[in-house]
Amino acid sequence: MRLEKCWFCSSTIYPGHGIQFVRNDAKIFRFCRSKCHKNFKMKRNPRKVKWTKAYRRLHGKDMTQDSTFEFERKRNRPERYDRNVAENTLKAIKKIDKVRVDREARHHALRMKGKKAKEQREAAKELEQSIHMVKAPAVLQQEPSLTLPKIKVKVSQQQSDENHAMEE
Amino acid sequence: MVQYNFKKITVVPNGKEFIDIILSRTQRQTPTVVHKGYSISRLRQFYMRKVKYTQQNFHEKLSTIIEEFPRLDDIHPFYGDLLHVLYNKDHYKLALGQINTARNLISKIAKDYVKLLKYGDSLYRCKSLKVAALGRMCTVIKRIAPSLAYLEQIRQHMARLPSIDPNTRTILICGYPNVGKSSFINKITRADVDVQPYAFTTKSLFVGHTDYKYLRYQVIDTPGILDRPFEDRNIIEMCSITALAHLRAAVLFFLDISGSCGYSVAAQAALFHSIKSLFMNKPLIIVCNKTDLQPLEGISEEDMKLVMEMKAEAMKTVIGQGGDPLNDEGVLLTMSTLTEEGVVSVKNAACERLLDQRVELKMKSKKMNDCLNRFHVAVPKPRDQKERPPCIPQAVLEGMAKQQAAEKEKRKLERDLEEENGGAGVYSASLKKHYILNNDEWKEDIMPEILDGHNVYDFIDPDVLQRLEELEREEGLRAEEEDDDFEMDGKELTPEEQEALAEIRKKKSLLIQQHRIRKSTAESRPTVPRKFDKEKKFTSERMGRQLSALGLDPTLAINRARSKSRGRKRERSLGRGGNDGDDAMDMDVDQPNKKLRARSRSLLRSRSMSRPPGEVVAGEGFKDSAQKVKALKLAKKSVKKRNKDARRGEADRVIPTLKPKHLFSGKRSIGKTSRR
Repeated sequence: MRLEKCWFCSSTIYPGHGIQFVRNDAKIFRFCRSKCHKNFKMKRNPRKVKWTKAYRRLHGKDMTQDSTFEFERKRNRPERYDRNVAENTLKAIKKIDKVRVDREARHHALRMKGKKAKEQREAAKELEQSIHMVKAPAVLQQEPSLTLPKIKVKVSQQQSDENHAMEE
Repeated sequence: MVQYNFKKITVVPNGKEFIDIILSRTQRQTPTVVHKGYSISRLRQFYMRKVKYTQQNFHEKLSTIIEEFPRLDDIHPFYGDLLHVLYNKDHYKLALGQINTARNLISKIAKDYVKLLKYGDSLYRCKSLKVAALGRMCTVIKRIAPSLAYLEQIRQHMARLPSIDPNTRTILICGYPNVGKSSFINKITRADVDVQPYAFTTKSLFVGHTDYKYLRYQVIDTPGILDRPFEDRNIIEMCSITALAHLRAAVLFFLDISGSCGYSVAAQAALFHSIKSLFMNKPLIIVCNKTDLQPLEGISEEDMKLVMEMKAEAMKTVIGQGGDPLNDEGVLLTMSTLTEEGVVSVKNAACERLLDQRVELKMKSKKMNDCLNRFHVAVPKPRDQKERPPCIPQAVLEGMAKQQAAEKEKRKLERDLEEENGGAGVYSASLKKHYILNNDEWKEDIMPEILDGHNVYDFIDPDVLQRLEELEREEGLRAEEEDDDFEMDGKELTPEEQEALAEIRKKKSLLIQQHRIRKSTAESRPTVPRKFDKEKKFTSERMGRQLSALGLDPTLAINRARSKSRGRKRERSLGRGGNDGDDAMDMDVDQPNKKLRARSRSLLRSRSMSRPPGEVVAGEGFKDSAQKVKALKLAKKSVKKRNKDARRGEADRVIPTLKPKHLFSGKRSIGKTSRR
C-alpha cells in the first residue's frame, strides 16, 4: 500500500480513489479525481493551471526547497525491520510535519509582508481622491475632514409640539 | 493432418482467367478517376497504387497456390510415393518452382516500376508506366499458364484420391488381376468396387471400412500386379506396390486356384516370391479364392507343392512376430466370394492377426505405461477361510523397518501444523515465523505503512534521530533570529473615514454596475432620448435627497426647480424678455454651485415636455382625456405595421429587391422545390 501523488495537482491519492493511466511508453500517470484526469486529457500544462501545486511552487507561492523534504524520499532498498528504528521514525514523522508546516507558514507570512501597509496607503489615497462622491466640495471646504457629511434634518413644528406635550 | 487436406486445395485458375480476375479486381478496388490537372504527387500516387495493388494480389494468389499444394517431403511417405507414382515428383516440383519464380518476378517488376513512377512528370508518362508494369506482370503469368493448367489437373485428381489413414489398422488385398479381390472387399465392406470379367478393372486404390471386435479397420483394394521386373511396371501397378511398401497392414495375398483368372497357380506363386520382400514385418495370409470352382484339395501335385511353399513363407512371418509357430490355421485359408463361404473367417483371421501384431508393438513401446494405469486388477474371491498373507522375506522386513525409522525424523511440515490446528479455513500460518531479526520479540510486529498522509517507508532511516535533532536545532536558531516585524499601524484610518471609504466604494460599484448594464443593452436601447420621464427618476424629491446626502441644503434648489416648472403662465404674460429676467434672478440668488445652475437651465428647456400625454388641451376636439388616450392608441396601432415593414408612410410601396436570392435559389434539405 502506497500513497501516490496526483500527476496534475500533486495531492495524495488514497487507496480507492482516482485513475491511473499507462501510456504506450510505459509511463504511469496517476490522477486523484476526474477533474485532474480531464484536465490532463485536455493537454493542459499543470504549471499553468493556477490551483495546482506545480504552479504554486513555480511561481513562488509555496516553499520549494527545504531540508524537511529530504526526509521523505522513496528508498528502493528494503531495510531489515528494527523496532526502535520504526518507533523513532513514527515519532519523527510527526515532528517533521510540524516543522514543515511552521516553515510553510513562515514562508507565507514573508510573502504577505507589506501587504497591510500597501492596502492602507491605497485606501487613504482613494478616500482623498474620491471624497467628492459622498461629500459636496462646498461642504468639504467648510469641514475639511474626510468623513461623511452631517445630514441636516429639517424638524417640523408639529413634532416639537408633540414633544412638549410628552414632556408635560 | 496434411493428407486429408487434398480436398481443400483452392482451385488453380487458368492463365487467362487469372489475369482477368486480377486486373478486374484492380480496376474495381482502386480509385479510377484521375485528371491531368491534379498535382503531380497525386498522379504518381494514383498509378503507384494500382501497380502495387496488382502486384499484391498476384503475390497473394500465387502464394496460396504454393502453400496449399503439399510438399512431397513433408507428408507421409506413402502419400509422397503415391503422388510421385501418379504425377511424377519432378514435374510437380518444377511446376511449383515455376509459380514461385513467377511470383518473385512480379515483385521485382512492381518494385522497378514503382521506382520509375516516382519520377514520372506527367499523367501520360505515369499512365504508360503503369500500363507497362501491368503488361509485364501479365506476360509472366501467360508464360506459366501451362504449369497452372497442370497443377489444376493434379489438384482435381488429388481431391479424388481415397482418404487412407496410413497409421490406423489396415488390411491390404493384393494378388494377380481378376482373382477376386474387389469381390471380397465388396462382400466385407460397404464399398462398391467395379467387378468385371476383364483384367485391370480396378485401376486405383479403393478403401472400404469394416468392423471387428468393436474396432474399425480400413480395407484397401489394390489393382492387380503382374509378374514383371520392377522397372517395367506401369503406374497402376506402382500404386499397389507403393501401398504394399509403406502401409503397415495385414496383407491378404489372393490366389486363384481354379486358374479362371487366366493365370496358373505357378505364375501366381512366382509373383508371390518376387514380391515377398515387401511382406516383411506384415502379418501375411494366403487366401485361396474361387474354391467353388476348384476346391483346395483337388488341385494338382505341383500346385499343391507351390502352395505349401507359399504357406511356409507365410509361416515365417508369423514366427517373426512371435506368434505360435505351430498354429498354421490362420495362414492359409480358402474361401469363395461367389458362395460366400469362408469370407467372414478370412476377414476375422486377418483382423485378428493384425490386432495381435499391433498390440505386440504397443506393448514394447513406451506408451504402455500410460495404458497400464487404466487396467483393473481383479482379486479372486476367497474360497475358504485359510489365511494367505503375502510372503515377505526377512531381509525385506528389516529394510522396511529401517525406512520407517528414518521417516519419523523428518521435519514437521507446515501442512501438518495446519492440519493439527483446525485445517485450512481455521488456521492461518504465521508467515513471519522464520524472520531473521535482531530481536526475536519483534517477529510478530505490525508496521504501519501510512501515517498522516505520508508513506512511512519513505521516512525510514537508521539515523533518523540524528537528522531530526539537527533539524530541530536549525529550527530553534531560526526562531531566535526572526525579528518580530511589527507592522506600522500608523496609517490606520479612523472609523468615520472608513465609513466614508465604504460609502465611496459602494457608489463606485453601483456606477460600474449601471454602466455595464447600459453597455450590454446598448444595442436594444433606442439612441433617441425618451420624451417623458416614465420612471420618474428626475423628481425634485430625489434631487433633494441626493443633495442632502452630499451635505448640501436642497431647499433653495427645490424651490427654484418648482418655480421654473410651474410658473409658466406668469412667465408668458411677462413676455419674451422673461428669459433674461430669469437669468438675472438666477444671478441675484446666491447660487455658486455650477451644478444647480445647469439643472435649472435644463428645467427651463423642459418646459415644453411637462405635459403628460393624456392631457386634453383646448382646441384639440376631444371630449376628455380617455378619448384622447384612445385616439393616441389607434394612431400608434396604425403606424406599427408600417414601421415594421420599414415604410415611410401609407403611400410607400417600394420593394427594395424584386427577386431576393434566398427565395429563388437553393435546395431544400427535405422536401420538394416545385413551388417558389
